[in-house]
Amino acid sequence: MRWLFNLSFRHKIPLWTSFLISVSIFVVGAALMTRAYQDMKTAVVISAGNLAHTLANTLAPALLHDNVWRAFEIARSPIRAESAKTPVAVDAVVVLGRDRRIFVSSDPDTLPMLADAATLGPDWLQLSERLATPSEETWPLVLEPQDSGYLYLVLPITDKDAQLGHLVLRYAKSVFHPWFIDTIWQGLGIGLLVLAVLIPINWYWGSRMATPLVDLAQRMGMMLKSVPEPLPPDLYPYHDELGQLFAAYDRMVLALRDKAALENEMVKSERLAAIGQLTAGIAHEINNPLAGLMTTVDTLKLRRNLDPRALRQLELIDRGLMQIRDTVAALLVQTKVQARPLNPHDLEDVHTLIQPQIGKRRIQLDWSAAMPAELPAPASLVRQILINLLLNAIQAAAEGGHVSLWLGRKAESASCLSIEVRNDGTLLGDEQLAHLFEPFASTRPGGHGLGLWVTYQIVTQLEGRITARNVDGQVEFVVNLPLGESPCSTASP
Amino acid sequence: MSQPIESSLPNRNRRRWLFDSGCLAAAGLIGLTRKSQAAGGKLRVGMTPAFLHDQHSMLGEWRAFMAASLQRPVEFVQRDSYRETMDLLRLEKLEFAWICDYPYLHLKDTVRLLAVPLYQGRPHYRSYLIVRKGDTRTRSIADLSDGVFAYADPYSNTGYLSPRYEIRQLGHDPAGFFRKTFFTWSHRKVVEAVASGLAQGGAVDSYIWDTLAYVEPALTARTRVVWRSPEYGFPPFVAHRSVASADFQLMQRHLLDTSRSEAGRRLLGLLHLDGFTIGSPALYEGVARMMRSFGEA
Repeated sequence: MRWLFNLSFRHKIPLWTSFLISVSIFVVGAALMTRAYQDMKTAVVISAGNLAHTLANTLAPALLHDNVWRAFEIARSPIRAESAKTPVAVDAVVVLGRDRRIFVSSDPDTLPMLADAATLGPDWLQLSERLATPSEETWPLVLEPQDSGYLYLVLPITDKDAQLGHLVLRYAKSVFHPWFIDTIWQGLGIGLLVLAVLIPINWYWGSRMATPLVDLAQRMGMMLKSVPEPLPPDLYPYHDELGQLFAAYDRMVLALRDKAALENEMVKSERLAAIGQLTAGIAHEINNPLAGLMTTVDTLKLRRNLDPRALRQLELIDRGLMQIRDTVAALLVQTKVQARPLNPHDLEDVHTLIQPQIGKRRIQLDWSAAMPAELPAPASLVRQILINLLLNAIQAAAEGGHVSLWLGRKAESASCLSIEVRNDGTLLGDEQLAHLFEPFASTRPGGHGLGLWVTYQIVTQLEGRITARNVDGQVEFVVNLPLGESPCSTASP
Repeated sequence: MSQPIESSLPNRNRRRWLFDSGCLAAAGLIGLTRKSQAAGGKLRVGMTPAFLHDQHSMLGEWRAFMAASLQRPVEFVQRDSYRETMDLLRLEKLEFAWICDYPYLHLKDTVRLLAVPLYQGRPHYRSYLIVRKGDTRTRSIADLSDGVFAYADPYSNTGYLSPRYEIRQLGHDPAGFFRKTFFTWSHRKVVEAVASGLAQGGAVDSYIWDTLAYVEPALTARTRVVWRSPEYGFPPFVAHRSVASADFQLMQRHLLDTSRSEAGRRLLGLLHLDGFTIGSPALYEGVARMMRSFGEA
């Protein structure tokens, strides 16, 4: 039985409601049937009563004058042909004398003249005993002996004060049955018709309610593994408790997604910060001996008695040290320099500086910079950010592809300088996005993987924000830098 | 049952006899013809259960035929028991009647024998003792002593007198012989009573049973004739002794001539009779003997 309750709502709702509808129809039908049966019996008794009164009156003189044939003709008169049986058609008419013997009956074969009623079977015995015991009967007397297929109605036949005998009308209950069965079939037909209409409606309504619930349950079940998808908006467009439940679920899913995104971002930032600290530490540790080494090499190079071979080796060492210094310098991004504010000439310089790369790869550049005369942003650092992002985009874009730049202040965050750089190259994978700003994370052959790292370090140190994403089939980098003291809003682009 | 058949006649016939009787009345006034002596009065004929008297269309046809043949208005007066017809004869409310032989002998001082029908060519009939078809045990009336018995009419020979005489011949007292007896007041209903099982046995007119076997074979098929009585004189047509001899002879001639006309033969066919004969009171000696044995007549 438990499995029934474990069924999916998809089946349980229609099954239960169908069951309840069927039970209701059955109960109401049964009540109506019982009522119809009682009504039929009442109709029979009323009709029998009327017939009995008429017959008793006309039989009285015949009984009084011992006119057997006349009484027989009267008793036989209400008996119909076999084909015309109705529930109110009398089955047998019997006239009992005062001695409770049959004076005459409509069916002399089974109820012969002069037979003592008590000898004619249990029904008649019961009837005879009932008539023998004088009691305050209310006439007509209706008798329905147990285990009998007949219903009896008895009325005394009187002339003036004298009681001459009794008139007994017998009705076969078996005649009720076909009529009653007819009623049952009709009722059943109507019931089935109602079911035929209600069940599909109920199934539709049930599944309409159950489908979102089932969907919801599935998604909730997956919640521990990953953030589930929100429900389709047209799944259940109503505002009852179910609708509210689904809306709450959707809100929860969105909140969970935001939280997951935030957590992701935090993990990334923390990782990058840790890497930054690590590299800064290493750089300092390298820089101090490196400075000594380079001074020593310079000093050695100034000696006059150096043979050319040693000089070449010293220069080799010097170049190696210079490379180390450059690399370390790149890792150790230093922004704490006094800087002049950004002006439009800086942008023109950047535009000019990237022209050779543009030309080489036949890139179409879309340059859109809304720039006032001066902005309180460190010019050299912004220049470096722009050059890094643009060169990166030019490298990422396909040969003959598009690169676009947008620079300016957004209406919703006027205290921010926004830089958006897009390219139509290969979109970034999830793995790339996760490690994009880490040093040496380049996936491009020939790239050293420090450009974005440097950019990230600069933006972070300027208390700005840099994000990368795939949008409209393009890869987009967005940088927001605060102008002045107040930080940029952290709203996602 | 007692309403005159005349009223159901087509108007054409009524107009015709009105016209005829008008002529006769006029003729009577000037005393020219023999018919005028009969004063052109209506002839009333009593019809009894001596035959299947509930065949109303046949009765209508017969009455019209009789009226046309006699050129006199005729009224058929039906009664369901012999007793009532006998009373009407005594009270001179009937000129003629077709009655059973037993009432005829009762009324022999009041009526004259007019004509006797010929059944199967002879003026005779019998009493049949009938039982239900399924009763194969009964061989004679003696086997029915503990049953219910249906008589036709207390003034019927074949339906009452004859079976009682038979019982007496067997050495029993007919008064207490059966467990119960009752009258159905018609031979046909005796057959019905026996066929339905109401009575175990019944006495019935052979002419009526035979006719019923032809007219309504399903009914007689449910009964079986157990015993046939000796022959008796057939129920006669009688005339009241007060009927003028002209009318007597007119009616007698009409009856005797019935088989001579096409319409008459057709009627006789419907009645299952062959014709009429003058007959004689001696025909009824057998009945008279039975009556004497019961101290009647």
